[in-house]
Amino acid sequence: MSLSSGSVRQVTVGRTVAWVLLFILLIVTLFPFYWMLRTAFSDNTQLPGHPNSLLPVETTLGAFKRVLGLSSIEEAQAQGGSGAAVNFWLYLRNSLVVATITTVCQVFFSAMAAYAFARLRWPGRDKVFAVFLAALMVPPIFTTLPNFVLIKNLGLLNSFAGIILPGAFMTPFAIFFLRQFFLGINRELEEAAMIDGAGHRRIFFGMIIPLSAAPIATLAILTYINSWNDYFWPLLVGQQENVRVLTVALGVFRSQTPQGGPDWAGLMAATLIAALPMIILFLAFAKRITNSIGFSGIK
Amino acid sequence: MTATTNAPPDTRRSHGDSGAPPGKRRSLGDLKVAMIFIAPATLGFVVFYIWPTLRGAYLSFTEYSLLSAPKFNGLANYDRMIHDSFFWNALGVTVEYVVINIGLQTVLAVGIAMLMYRLTKSITVRAIILAPYLVANVVVALVWYWMLDVQVGVVNTFLGWVGIDPIAFFGDSHWAIPTVAGINVWRHMGYTALLVFAGLQTIPSYVYEAAEVDGSTEWKTFWRITLPLLRPVLVMVLVVTMIGSFQIFDTVAVTTQGGPINATRVIYYYIYERAFTRFDFGYASAMALVLFAILAVVSLVQLRLLRARESDLA
Repeated sequence: MSLSSGSVRQVTVGRTVAWVLLFILLIVTLFPFYWMLRTAFSDNTQLPGHPNSLLPVETTLGAFKRVLGLSSIEEAQAQGGSGAAVNFWLYLRNSLVVATITTVCQVFFSAMAAYAFARLRWPGRDKVFAVFLAALMVPPIFTTLPNFVLIKNLGLLNSFAGIILPGAFMTPFAIFFLRQFFLGINRELEEAAMIDGAGHRRIFFGMIIPLSAAPIATLAILTYINSWNDYFWPLLVGQQENVRVLTVALGVFRSQTPQGGPDWAGLMAATLIAALPMIILFLAFAKRITNSIGFSGIK
Repeated sequence: MTATTNAPPDTRRSHGDSGAPPGKRRSLGDLKVAMIFIAPATLGFVVFYIWPTLRGAYLSFTEYSLLSAPKFNGLANYDRMIHDSFFWNALGVTVEYVVINIGLQTVLAVGIAMLMYRLTKSITVRAIILAPYLVANVVVALVWYWMLDVQVGVVNTFLGWVGIDPIAFFGDSHWAIPTVAGINVWRHMGYTALLVFAGLQTIPSYVYEAAEVDGSTEWKTFWRITLPLLRPVLVMVLVVTMIGSFQIFDTVAVTTQGGPINATRVIYYYIYERAFTRFDFGYASAMALVLFAILAVVSLVQLRLLRARESDLA
């Protein structure tokens, strides 16, 4: 990889500069995460006096207690909170419910469809698949408006069903993604199983799914992250507290915080609670997630 | 997430031919089984994709406030749009956002990808730069909202150290869109860089070796060899990131909410306001359809560019 044919000295200078740039990039990437942490553990009333303290100001768990609904209104207000009732435990639970059900259903049903598109022969198959793929072109807001009307007419506003249903059956991307992997599975294995008398159901559950465990897991992780981070749809159909997910709750919390002196510590504690599960998921599967983007290339 | 997250390895395999020679099976093939397997997905597809697409198109020709049935009103919504200065403002603001966001992000992503390509293949480095992309838009927006606060934000403290007066990043109408664009550059540049990085690895090393033999400098090699060979990947990345960029909503919704004075009322946010605060569903649908058309044209133009360049390495 030694591209440069210049003098050794030049190479060294160039590489040093490049390493410095990369280092700055990593700092710029990580600093906001650190600042979120630092602020969440600070005392909100003391924050304005120490805007550049690298460590938490008057370290306290007050902000977390506040957003988890564990401190009294007086306590919360004394520490710079709005005093409005917030319960991020509840929102955390709601996010878990929504993301988990969405992921399980979407990946499973998409895998079934992908099997039909990849391994079965039937008239019109490729045309139907093309129609499914074409839906990738439609911007979400266009279908969101009528979907909202539908969910409303079904009486499912402010219910988990209303939040989950549109994403529970498939996404064109999920089917496309899994189909690619199913296509690559060796045909002979399948034929051998058929000779042994296995039906399509057994081949799907006993062979295709186990053989595709890795891509299915990758897809599930990506789906989970997407579902967890989604804001627009739950904002429309899930405003009420009992089904409010973390992203929506953060928006509400931000709009409720006192205008004059916002509860920054509380806000950062809340964002940390919303981000932490994804950060943990990422730390656990960093390699898998990164490689799914890094090495596959786009065609 | 987008369709480019992962296009798995074997796209070139002759697709879908399930092995058995044609004619050995009945012409209907596995139709019965296939119908069972695609039933749930098809149900979801028809109810939540096809039907709303058709219905959305119809609603765009109606007056509809959710309270009574939609009333057909021909092209009235479109006529109104032409004369709606808020609509044109929203389009203008969105385009400004897209240009800043995509311009900055693409240049940075190529730079980052080159840095990684030349310096390190470390998975840790790649994971770190990807991290912001995995955190919700809303979270990212709020963290930066705090860091960029005009009074106590840490960024303004830093600026103070180098003698720059505090900037009202969200409160100043000139700064608001570049600020929102910058925040999303921070969130997306690592992801985009990884896509470019993947593209870099498809360039065979003999091309570089030949350049070295010819005494090309690194700078020249980048402009004359790397970038041209990267073009197909870049165009594809541009198509996908630009479509996403036009749909900016979350960041605006939790920070500026369209302000100050319409400066960040992007098209997605304007449609949302029309539909869900004024219950003007017909008009909102018409604007959504126009946005759909704009995105289709943008991607078609870009894909055509892609095709024109495809043979660079051939």
